[in-house]
Amino acid sequence: MSDPQSWVPTDPGSAPTREHVLSGLHGLDEGGPELVQLLTPEGLRVDDERFGGRVADVGVEELKGYYRDMVLVRRFDREGNALQRQGELGIWVPLLGQEAAQIGAGRALTSRDMVFPSYREHGVAWCRGIDPTALLGIFRGTDHGSWDPLEARFHLYTIVIGNQCLNATGYAMGQKFEGRVGGDSETDEATMCFFGDGATSQGDVHEGFVWAAAFDAPVVFYCQNNQWAISVPLEKQTRVPLFQRARGYGFPGVRVDGNDVLACLAVSRWALEECRTGNGPVLVEAFTYRMDAHTTSDDPSRYRLADELELWKLKDPIERVRVHLVRELGVGSEFFDSVQEESDALAARFRAFCLAMPDPGPERMFSEVYADRSARLEAQQADYLAYHASFGGER
Amino acid sequence: MVDVFRMPDVGEGLTEAEIVAWQVAPGDTVTVNQILLEIETAKAVVELPSPYAGTVHELLASPGDTVNVGEPIIAIETGSGSAPPAPAAPATGGAKIGEAGADGRIATLVGYGPRPGSATRRPRPGRRGAPVAAAEEASAQVGLSAAAATAPTLDQPDPRVPRSAPASPPDPARESSLVPLAKPPVRKLAKDLGVDLRELTGSGPGGVITREDVLAAAAPSVAESSTAPSTVPTALPADPHAGSAGGERREPIRGVRKATAAAMVQSAFTAPHVTEFLTVDVTETMALRERLRGSRAFADVKLTPLAFVAKAVCLAARRTPAVNASWDEAAGEIVYYDRVQLGIAAATPRGLMVPKIRDADRLDLHGLAVALGTLTETARAGRTTPADLTGGTITITNVGVFGVDSGTPILNPGEAAILAVGSIKPAPWVVDGELAVRTVCRLALSFDHRLVDGEQGSRFLADVGALLEDPATAMLW
Repeated sequence: MSDPQSWVPTDPGSAPTREHVLSGLHGLDEGGPELVQLLTPEGLRVDDERFGGRVADVGVEELKGYYRDMVLVRRFDREGNALQRQGELGIWVPLLGQEAAQIGAGRALTSRDMVFPSYREHGVAWCRGIDPTALLGIFRGTDHGSWDPLEARFHLYTIVIGNQCLNATGYAMGQKFEGRVGGDSETDEATMCFFGDGATSQGDVHEGFVWAAAFDAPVVFYCQNNQWAISVPLEKQTRVPLFQRARGYGFPGVRVDGNDVLACLAVSRWALEECRTGNGPVLVEAFTYRMDAHTTSDDPSRYRLADELELWKLKDPIERVRVHLVRELGVGSEFFDSVQEESDALAARFRAFCLAMPDPGPERMFSEVYADRSARLEAQQADYLAYHASFGGER
Repeated sequence: MVDVFRMPDVGEGLTEAEIVAWQVAPGDTVTVNQILLEIETAKAVVELPSPYAGTVHELLASPGDTVNVGEPIIAIETGSGSAPPAPAAPATGGAKIGEAGADGRIATLVGYGPRPGSATRRPRPGRRGAPVAAAEEASAQVGLSAAAATAPTLDQPDPRVPRSAPASPPDPARESSLVPLAKPPVRKLAKDLGVDLRELTGSGPGGVITREDVLAAAAPSVAESSTAPSTVPTALPADPHAGSAGGERREPIRGVRKATAAAMVQSAFTAPHVTEFLTVDVTETMALRERLRGSRAFADVKLTPLAFVAKAVCLAARRTPAVNASWDEAAGEIVYYDRVQLGIAAATPRGLMVPKIRDADRLDLHGLAVALGTLTETARAGRTTPADLTGGTITITNVGVFGVDSGTPILNPGEAAILAVGSIKPAPWVVDGELAVRTVCRLALSFDHRLVDGEQGSRFLADVGALLEDPATAMLW
């Protein structure tokens, strides 16, 4: 009963019981026996036969770097939440609790790889070198996206759930067609697509999986299973653990401890390498937890118990790295103090930028529509700007 | 200078919020992002952090007030001569933030309030007016499970209407042509069973047609055709002792289940419950337990962590008599007990039992360990007598044995407090500013707020925690 494999789905009349489903999903538990973990919640380094070697090069400096990444990302995320509560942002999408899942994946990417995020990937954006202030436009309602997706190799945030899986698959198919896969380790590239557990119930994700498999597309489907699709728990969306779904499409699926930055890094490196060498696609299920609301418009206390959060607080992604650095690697307090200081400075800059943020000019709505502008659009823009100017500066 | 913080739109398109409680008072020094107050919107209760650093000049709204988005709620003396960085002016309407524009709409920091004359809430397709709203409002108040069922999502505005909304009586003629008053799963069930919802009268709150109504209406036809609906799983084993029909097992409610249900319902709806939590480092207590287990005095008894909790509860109850008391509604009195009759919730083959340890406060640790051993053994064997189950004054429920961390226990009827003890396990913990792996346990105390105030409940819980963190503290009491 406790082993999800013991339920054979093809038996006639064998709908699983609630216990079957829950035991397979381990929704409130430890993720099950197939969870890849390299750093326990207590900060102990453990090995994994299959993936441990992928992070053999990670030393104390690299770990300190990932710690810094996670602290800074969490800090500006909290500032974003506060700014929304102060009326400065229309909405904010918190990533609290998912820092390791995002930094682990983000730091596994090369500058050539392409990324398709959903709307919660502030940590991945950070790894792509996008300044956090560039995220503010969408949430303040002044811009649809303030970075160049091609230059950053990071697509604009996608609000429609799961839609980016189609874009990512298409992009990866292009990489394959253009021969940027499976030849030269200097030029090979892959695509990484981010989505949540809720998105797996969307048709777009299914279609993405099907097409990626049919065309051997070099795309890593990186699902951050944070247990809750707004208010819908995982067990209401799937009978089997999400990573096992990959089997049905004919590509590998791995479940990794999404609160373990090392494990996420190791599995992401492996998955991206598989794709770059032509063995894609791959599904990664990062088993994590959304410690805050779905967005600032949501109130999770209406549908989940505080106890659950308390349980996950004990598995905090940042705390375990800190414990490991202190206890196992002898890192002193001055490092942690300096990261704290740096994060506060970042938050202050983030806040100041938000408060002083200008509205974009009226030409902005025309300028980014097409790569090659049409004469008709040019004319529309000219007309509109003239109309705008007729107010004499008054808006 | 004085800066004014205006009610923000903390959801998407909300127009107003109610002040729940202030966490600051005039004269207080506040920092940026310090929590100022709690507000409740139609979607959520949220805390508002301060956008300014300075001194609270004036609170401009009181708890219970409903404040429109964009109206001032607090004035803060920021001391700086310069104005705060001004947010970008709204693009249309020409109004400054918080001021009414030419069209009468209030400019807010993130947009505009509603158009004059428009509904306060975004309309929901197919909404039926007051009866539904009242029903959903009522159901949202009966607890977590009901609240979860009606929890709004991003795409679905909260169906509750504000109190100020006029309750227009439903027009019966129009009623019949609309979608029947039933939730989608119920409508699906009705369709599957061939039941016409327009012919049913709902028995749910506000006339909502429930699943039971549909099943009742379909019962004769189901019996005739004897075919179960295909959506109901049929693989479950049928209990030969219970009347089974169409893949479900029906069991008469009786005995312990019935008594438990009655007690829980009575308790939950008479005693206003408050639950507080405390996570405790029990490393010292566990070490003491190891030492004592090796000693001759405890050679004859199974010394469980629960015995230490029981001892701590008895000692702490002496310092806070209010938790060892009872509310006598009929007499209009509060009864304080001299002795502790300690209930221990036990899962038995017959169901939940709460046998008592008599005069537990007179027992030492050894005596408690012996009593606990006897009591649980008796309960598990099903030999607990009715006399053993009555006359308790306070209860401990050890949910930790099931491997869970905590819970919000429901009071045993007539008692003022119940303590849930979570699982005891290693966890990261800060000791002298350093992280260490310690043995940690979560306590949850529910108390009857009619006779126990937050201060007393908190003190009692803190006392129990202190005793478990450092059992030597007991020397002082």
